[in-house]
Amino acid sequence: MAEFTLPANSKVRKGKTFDATADSANKKRFVIYRYDPDSGANPRLDTYELDMDRCGPMVLDALIKIKNEVDASLTFRRSCREGICGSCAMNIDGTNTLACIKAIEDIPGEVKVYPLPHLPVVKDLVSDLANFFAQYASVEPWLKTETPASRDRERLQSKEERTKLDGLYECILCACCSTGCPSYWWNSDRYLGPATLLQAYRWIADSRDEHTGERLDNLEDPFRLYRCHTIMNCTNTCPKGLNPAKAIAEIKKLLITRAT
Amino acid sequence: MLRPPIARVRGLGSAKDGVRQWWAQRVTAVALVPLTLWFIASVLSMVGADYAGVVAWIQSPSVTVLFILFFLALFYHAQLGMQVIIEDYIHTEWLKFTSLIVLSFTTIFLGIVCTFAVLKVSLGS
Repeated sequence: MAEFTLPANSKVRKGKTFDATADSANKKRFVIYRYDPDSGANPRLDTYELDMDRCGPMVLDALIKIKNEVDASLTFRRSCREGICGSCAMNIDGTNTLACIKAIEDIPGEVKVYPLPHLPVVKDLVSDLANFFAQYASVEPWLKTETPASRDRERLQSKEERTKLDGLYECILCACCSTGCPSYWWNSDRYLGPATLLQAYRWIADSRDEHTGERLDNLEDPFRLYRCHTIMNCTNTCPKGLNPAKAIAEIKKLLITRAT
Repeated sequence: MLRPPIARVRGLGSAKDGVRQWWAQRVTAVALVPLTLWFIASVLSMVGADYAGVVAWIQSPSVTVLFILFFLALFYHAQLGMQVIIEDYIHTEWLKFTSLIVLSFTTIFLGIVCTFAVLKVSLGS
């Protein structure tokens, strides 16, 4: 059956509290999920009080400040710190988003930070994305053609054809949408999830690609594609403002078009 | 768990199926909008009518046909919807298959019983 409760060793307990405010007037409290598989202990929620007068504006700034100045054991992924690499995707204040572009002042009260939902946790805020990236690889996300490449020019596209890729090519594969999708929680072993399906549609919609039929064949499956029940969490949570639900609907429309 | 993730994801390959089921679910949903409104309005309008009046009403050809259409669309749609729910939430293979078979038997049985009941009243005895 689908899992509606956490296993006993995943129940989250109360953790330690660190006060690094030094009697500041501008305090903010961060409650962060901690899990260390090597310790054998259950996950816990550690609390960090920070002085906001000495901290950058984004949640990632606070995490880096904690790691640098308060608790070096805090583990998370980050790279570009400007919303283009997708490394710092996590669940902040109940919504999947990128820590680097989520402003602390937009969050009322304490800031709750968890790893992306319903993935195995490697450590603290680092979740295991192996299945997610294998699903991405399974849609063969590269240009596939029969026409040989020209020696002296690119494969050309009209402006209208290029426009069809807008809203698709911007996806940075941060996994916020897929891990926000209840259908993906219950069936991520067989359902590809919104991120992978948006990426699949990115190649289906590409006027230069000549394997559209094979791509649709590969998706036409009760689980791979049709576990999408138009819940729309993907579109609500996308930190890049993209619409994976629409891309999935476009795939379903193309499948109807070729069957009727 | 030594199997590479890509092998697990590719799995048994695409079933190359699912379009028809998805489309049938949408089409029956659209059909059920007017049919359900008609069914509720009709049943309400027959409140207080006597037995002979209701029988005479069901015997009119348009009512007989609409009743049968309503029941067939209803149970077909119910089967498709319940199948999706079972596939979503039941991951124990034998239990999933058993549930799907029981579901088919139940919806087909109910659809035929309702259709037969309408025809029996409509065609008289």
